Amino acid sequence: MSESSMPLPGRLPDVAEQESRTDTFGNIVEILHDWVTTVDHKKIGILYILYSLVMLVAGGIEILLIRLQLAGPRLNVVPAEVFNRLFTMHGTTMIFFVAMPIFVGFANYLVPLMLGVRDIAFPRLNAFSFWMTAFGGLLLYYSFLGGDGLQGAGTAPDVGWFAYAPLTERAFSRGHSTDFWALALILSGFGSIGGAINFITTAFCLRCKGMTLFRMPLFVWLMIVSSVLVILAVSPLTAAQAMLLIDRYLGGHFFDTQAGGSATIWMHFFWIFGHPEVYVLIMPAFGIASEVIPVFSRKAIFGYPAMVAASVSIAFVSLSVWAHHMFTIGMSAAGNAFFALSTMIVGIPTGIKIFNWLATLWGGKIRFEVPMLFSLAFLFQFLIAGLTGIMLAVAPFNWQLHNSYFVVAHFHYVIVGAILFMVFAGFYYWYPKVTGRMLDGRLGKLHFWLFVIGFHVTFDTMHIPGILGMPRQIYTYEIDRGWGTYNLVVTIGAFIQAVAILIFVANLIISLFRGKIAGPDPWDAWTLEWTTASPPHAYNFDAEPVVYSARPLWDLKHPDDPD
Amino acid sequence: MPLCRKIALASLVAMLLCGLPLFAGQSRTNIFSPQSAPARSIVAVSHFTLAITGLIFAVVGGLLAYVIIRFRRRDSDDGTEPPQIFGSTQIELSWTIIPVLIVTVIFLTTARVIFDVQDAPKPKSALDVTVVGHQFWWEVRYPGSQVTTANELHVPVSSASAPTPTFIKLTSADVVHSFWVPELAGKTDVIPNRINELWIAPEKAGLFEGQCAQFCGAEHALMLLRVYADTPENFAAWIRQQQQLAAAPQSDAVAQGRKQFEAQACINCHAVAGTVANGRFGPDLTHLMSRDTLASGAMPNTPENLARWIDNPDTFKHGSLMPSMHLTKPQIDQITTYLVTLK
Amino acid sequence: MSTLPISVPVTETHQPYKGRVAMFTLIAAESAIFTIFVVAYIYYIGQSLSGPTPREVLDLPIFNTIFLLSSSLTIMLAERALVRRAMSNFNMFWGLTILLGAIFLIGTGREWYKLITVDHLTISTNLFGTTYYSLVGLHALHVIVGLILLTAVLVFSLMKALRPEDTKRVEVLALYWHFVDCVWVVVFTVVYVVGR
Repeated sequence: MSESSMPLPGRLPDVAEQESRTDTFGNIVEILHDWVTTVDHKKIGILYILYSLVMLVAGGIEILLIRLQLAGPRLNVVPAEVFNRLFTMHGTTMIFFVAMPIFVGFANYLVPLMLGVRDIAFPRLNAFSFWMTAFGGLLLYYSFLGGDGLQGAGTAPDVGWFAYAPLTERAFSRGHSTDFWALALILSGFGSIGGAINFITTAFCLRCKGMTLFRMPLFVWLMIVSSVLVILAVSPLTAAQAMLLIDRYLGGHFFDTQAGGSATIWMHFFWIFGHPEVYVLIMPAFGIASEVIPVFSRKAIFGYPAMVAASVSIAFVSLSVWAHHMFTIGMSAAGNAFFALSTMIVGIPTGIKIFNWLATLWGGKIRFEVPMLFSLAFLFQFLIAGLTGIMLAVAPFNWQLHNSYFVVAHFHYVIVGAILFMVFAGFYYWYPKVTGRMLDGRLGKLHFWLFVIGFHVTFDTMHIPGILGMPRQIYTYEIDRGWGTYNLVVTIGAFIQAVAILIFVANLIISLFRGKIAGPDPWDAWTLEWTTASPPHAYNFDAEPVVYSARPLWDLKHPDDPD
Repeated sequence: MPLCRKIALASLVAMLLCGLPLFAGQSRTNIFSPQSAPARSIVAVSHFTLAITGLIFAVVGGLLAYVIIRFRRRDSDDGTEPPQIFGSTQIELSWTIIPVLIVTVIFLTTARVIFDVQDAPKPKSALDVTVVGHQFWWEVRYPGSQVTTANELHVPVSSASAPTPTFIKLTSADVVHSFWVPELAGKTDVIPNRINELWIAPEKAGLFEGQCAQFCGAEHALMLLRVYADTPENFAAWIRQQQQLAAAPQSDAVAQGRKQFEAQACINCHAVAGTVANGRFGPDLTHLMSRDTLASGAMPNTPENLARWIDNPDTFKHGSLMPSMHLTKPQIDQITTYLVTLK
Repeated sequence: MSTLPISVPVTETHQPYKGRVAMFTLIAAESAIFTIFVVAYIYYIGQSLSGPTPREVLDLPIFNTIFLLSSSLTIMLAERALVRRAMSNFNMFWGLTILLGAIFLIGTGREWYKLITVDHLTISTNLFGTTYYSLVGLHALHVIVGLILLTAVLVFSLMKALRPEDTKRVEVLALYWHFVDCVWVVVFTVVYVVGR
C-alpha cells in the first residue's frame, strides 16, 4: 500500500519520503491527485480546515463591505440589492461553510488519534462528505456570477440567511437567488449528515482496547453530541428546503400564503433546524475547551461525568427551544411562556459547564500559552453571551430586542467570542501535531490581543444600537436615529479583527517553514494523539494502544499516581 | 509586556471606547424610554433581568478573574503537578440547584408579564386600527371611521384615568413584516394569511418613530413608521378631516392635473376618495398632503420631492414596487399640481 | 502500546458492528425528514382553499399496504435463511421481497394515475395535493432506492458472491427496508385514516 501522507514542508526528516526531483510537473499532479482522492482522515481533516479558512476570508470580505456601508447614516458604499446579498452570503457562508466544516475538520483529524485507531469508520463516506460540502460552497459562490454576472452581484442569495417565506416564493423572488441558497445547502447538508454518521459510528464502534465510553476524551464526546444534533436538525432543514423547491418549481403551496399556506410553518421548520444548529457549532468548541483548559492548568477536568451529562442535557433540551426565535409572531401567551421556560432551562447545564471549567482552573498552575489565552477569553465571553441569551429568553424583553442589533451582538458574542476563539485555541494547540512545528508564540500573542480588542470594540458596542431601536438586515438608516457613532465604532473594531486574522494566517504559513520543531508532545498533555509522531504516520499508531483511564499519557508519565 | 499590564491597557482602551457614545445623538427609538404601558411593562421586567444577570456576571466573572490571577504559574514554580481533583458531588449539586432557583424566579416574573401584556383586556373605549403591511409601505385603516391612510398613524393619547388604548390588528398583503415602535410597545410580526394584534397606550402627545423589523425585501430599510399621538380633540379633528372626500379642484390647472392623473395608470394602484381613482395596490392618496413624509419615511413630503418621486421612484427607493411611468416633465408638473391640493 | 507499566486486566468494551450503528443513525436522520413532511401534512389538513378533498378522492390502499408490509415478513425469512446459509431459500424470499415492493410501487403509480387524470389532483392543485404527493412521493422514492439496493444484493447472491461475512451487511440493508415499511404505517395512518 502506498504511503498516503504527503510530506509537508518542515516535516521531520525521518518520515520524509524520497521524492524524485526530476519531474516537478508530474510531482504536482501526483500530489494533487493524492489529495483529491484521499480517504485518509488526516488529509480530509486538513482539506476541511483549509476550505473553511478560505471561506472565512470570503465571509470576512463580505462583512467588511457591510460595515463600510453601515459606518454612517445614508451612505452609498454599496447599493441596497448588493447589500442584501452581502449579508445573506455572510451569514450563510460563516455558518455552513466556516463554522461547521472547520470543526468537522478538527474532528476528522483528531478523533481517530484520540481513540487510538487507524481511521474513522467509513473513510470513503468521509471523502464523499467533504466533497459534498465543498461543492455546496462552490455552488453558493457561483451565484455571484450567475444571472447578471457580477453587476448587482449576480443572483447571489438576498433573502437573509434564514430565508423567510413567502419572500422566497416565486412570486416575490423571481430570480434564482433562493434556488442557489436552497440547493447549495441541500448539497452541503448531505455532507454534514454523512460526517455525523461517521463520527457517531467511530465513537461507538472503533475505540482502542480498554477505552470505555467514559474514558474517551471529552472532545470526542462533544463531537458525538454535535453529530447527533446534526442528524436531528439538518434533516428538517433539508426537508424544508425541498418543500421550498417544490413550491418554486412544481407549483406547490407549502409556504404559499395566497393558497392558504403558512408563512409561520417555514419559521417553525427553519428554527427547528436553526436552534440546534448553534449547539452543533458550540459543542466542538466546548470540546476543545475541555481539552485545552485542563492541560494548561495542569489539572484533570473537574467533573468529567457531569460534563458529559451536561452536554447531553443541553443537546436534548435544545431540541425544544426553537420558537424563542419567534416570540413576535403572535403565538399564544402559553406558547411564549413555554419557550421562554425551555430556553432558560437550557442555560442551566450550560452554566454548569462554565463552573466546571472554573473549578478545573482552581488550584491549578495556569500557563498562559496562546491556546490558554484564547480559552480564558472564551470563558469570559461565553459567560456574557449566555447572560445576554437569558435576557433574550425573557419573552417580553425579546419583543423589543428581537431582530435588532442586540441580537446580532449576542450571537456574534457566541459565534466569534466563544466559538471562533476556541477555534483559534485549537489551532495553536494542535498545529504542532499536524505539521510538526510550533506556531510562532509572539505572532500568536499579537493575534490574540489585537483580536480581543477588536472583538470587544465591535461587539460590546453593537448591543447599544439594538437597544436604541436599530433593526438588523437594513442597508442604511436615518441620520436622526442616533445610531451613527456607534456604528462607526463597530466598523473600526471589524477592521482591527481583520488585521488580527491576517496576522494569524501569516503565522500559519510562516510557521510551516520556520516554526520550532515540536516533537510528539510539546504541551505535556495526556490524551492519545500526543503519543504519535508529529505529524503522525499514515497509519497513526505502531500498535493498538491499551488504555486504563481517560488520561493514558498521564498514567504513563505518573506511574505512581495513575488515574 | 507582562500580562497584568496588557490587561490594564486593554481595559483602558475598552473604557475609552465606551465613552465615545456620549458624543452620539439623542434617539427617539430607545427601548428604555417607554411612553406607553406595554413598553413600560417590558422595561420593568428588563431591569429585573439585567439586575440578576449583572449579579451573575459580577460573581462568576469576578471568580474567573480571581482564579486566573491566584492560580497562575509563578516563575518560582518547581514543575510538579498540582493535586488532581476529579470532581465533588456536593459542589456540583449546589451549582446545579442555585441556577434552577434563579431560572424559576426569572421565569415566573417573565410569565406574568407575558400574560399581562398579551392577554390585556380590551376596554370599550379602545380604538381599533388595522395595519396592513406591504412591500415597502404601511396601509392604515380605521374601520370604525371609514378612514384609510398610509404610513403615518394617528392615535389618541391614553391616560390612566381615561384609558383609550389603540388595538392594532396586523396583517400583510405580501411577505412577512414587523411593526415596531420601540417607545410604545414591543414589536409584533405582520404576517400574510394571519391576523396578529398589538396594543399601545401613548401617555403624551407627540411623534413616535419606528420601522419595519423583519427583512421583507429590497427596501426593508426604508419602510419607516410614524405614530402621532394626539390629544383627544386633535385626534377627533384629524379623523373628521380624513373622512372628507378629496378636495375638488379649485382652479383649471388643478383640474387639468386631475385629468392627467386619471388618464395615466395612477388610478390602477392608488385611490382618491370621491374620484374614479380606486386602486388598492398602492397608498391611499386622498389626504396625501396631510402626511409629513413620502414613501414611508424615505423623504420629507414637499412638492419638489413629490415631483421627483413620481418621475422615478428608484432614485429614492430602488426596489420600490412603484414603477417609473416615464412621464414628460409637463405631465409630472400637472399631476403634482393636483396632488398638492389633496390635504 | 500499553499505557500502564504494571499489568492490570484490560476493561472489556463491547462495541457493536459499525454498519448497524451507521444504519440506525441514518434511519434517525431520515425519520427527522419524514417527520417534517408528516407535520406539514397534518398542519394543512382541511386548509385547502379549493379543489378535491382527501375524502373525495382517496381510497384506502388496503392491498398495497398488505403487499408492502408482507415484504417485511419475507425479508425477515430471507435473513433467517441467509444465517443458515440456505442460499436458494434466501434467493427465493429475497426475490419475493423485491416483487412485493415492486407491486406496491405499481399500486401507488396506478393510484396517482387515477388522481391525476380522473380527479385532477396534482401537486399544484391545492394544499392537499402538495402535501399528499410530497409525502407519499418521498416514501415511494425511498422504496425505489431500497428496491435498487435489494436487487443488487440479489444479483450478488445469484452470482454466488455472498460470503458469510457479508451476512451482517445484508442484515443492515434489511433494517433499512423495515424502516421503509414503518414509514408506510405512519403515512397510511396519517393520510388515509386520520386525514380523510
